[in-house]
Amino acid sequence: MEVSQLNKEEQIIYDALSEVMDPEIPGLAITDLGIVTKIEVSEKAAYVQLTPTFSGCPALKIIEDMVKEKVNHLQLFEDVRVETSFETQWTTDLITEEGRKALKKHGLTPPMQNPEYIELDVLSETPCPFCDSKNTTLKSPFGPTLCRSLHYCNNCHQAFEGFKPVM
Amino acid sequence: MNLNENQINALKDLLYKMADDQLIIGHRNSEWTGLGPVLEEDIAFSSMAQDKIGQSYQLYNLLHELGESDPDTVAFTRNAEQFHCCDYVCHPIGEYDFSLVRHFLFDNAELLKFESLASSTFEPMAMLARKFKGEIKYHVMHANTWIKQLAQGNEESKARIQNSINESFDLALGIFEEGEYEQELISNGFYKGERALLELWYNHVKSIVESVGLTLPSIQESQAVNGGRQGKHSEHLQPMLTEMTEVYSIDPAAEW
Repeated sequence: MEVSQLNKEEQIIYDALSEVMDPEIPGLAITDLGIVTKIEVSEKAAYVQLTPTFSGCPALKIIEDMVKEKVNHLQLFEDVRVETSFETQWTTDLITEEGRKALKKHGLTPPMQNPEYIELDVLSETPCPFCDSKNTTLKSPFGPTLCRSLHYCNNCHQAFEGFKPVM
Repeated sequence: MNLNENQINALKDLLYKMADDQLIIGHRNSEWTGLGPVLEEDIAFSSMAQDKIGQSYQLYNLLHELGESDPDTVAFTRNAEQFHCCDYVCHPIGEYDFSLVRHFLFDNAELLKFESLASSTFEPMAMLARKFKGEIKYHVMHANTWIKQLAQGNEESKARIQNSINESFDLALGIFEEGEYEQELISNGFYKGERALLELWYNHVKSIVESVGLTLPSIQESQAVNGGRQGKHSEHLQPMLTEMTEVYSIDPAAEW
């Protein structure tokens, strides 16, 4: 979705949605996570399309409800429809620069951008979000949520989590 | 895309097989939650369970769009003979080597399946497959790593993996049991068919196990455990379904 091509009313929705935070990563707006894939307004009807980060993400339904409530709250539209669709496939490259900053602030290493391939050696090069050292060890490609991997920093001796690249 | 009745039936048949595979293997994986041999493995099997059950939900949802009941009803109210998963995924988790080898043989097959379905002419299924393959990639990475490490560990670990491969191979061949709509799926470009997938999978898996000094039984000398795709399962599925649906059965209308 090109934000610059939204009309005035669609832009209002986009701005409202930039205040909706990922329920599992406080401080990360869903617009920065890259999961808002369509905003359309025709007459008094608003349509928002979301794409899931992972098929089994338990936050999916919660985010849908949050979006619906937010748009309803604008009191500009008679009909508000929110839908989750796989039409646009989410990849970690859809996370904005702001989103990457929010991840790091939360103690999660942002995903490698545009990886040529995803194998263990790529994940093994995950830098520490606290001291930026690359002297780290991958503990497991699976973490506390589907989107995270587990690492250990050999430099500052901290366990940390990375947001894993998904293509 | 306007589909005729035969095409819809062929797609439903394919979708049920995949959705049921994901739900049942997902549930089996979840049985390692709290029991994994090390914490990271516990988390890995639990995460993979979550992915696979999430994928089954999306596939049941697509079936719903094609006219079937809603995902919860389909997942929680059928009996064993109405499930179209292969018998391999129904088997209890067993020892860790059995679960790891199943994870390796099954997940490599499904990654190849989703990679192929990503270019299916049935776009709603292709969209899901493109999503799933990115997720399953991590499962396969996990499986391949463990198989390689244990094959190169000590005598015991190598023997356990080899024995599990030998003992599971007939079951694994059941993944590729052909159905009555095979030609319909292939001629419409919906799916490349089980025979083609089996060949891809066999060569792929063989190259991995041989790279670490293990062997894969030959297909010709093996006897595929078929029947699962037609609802004929071993005694393992029904008790699992009974447990899985226990809460739902108490109050199907309960809200969480």
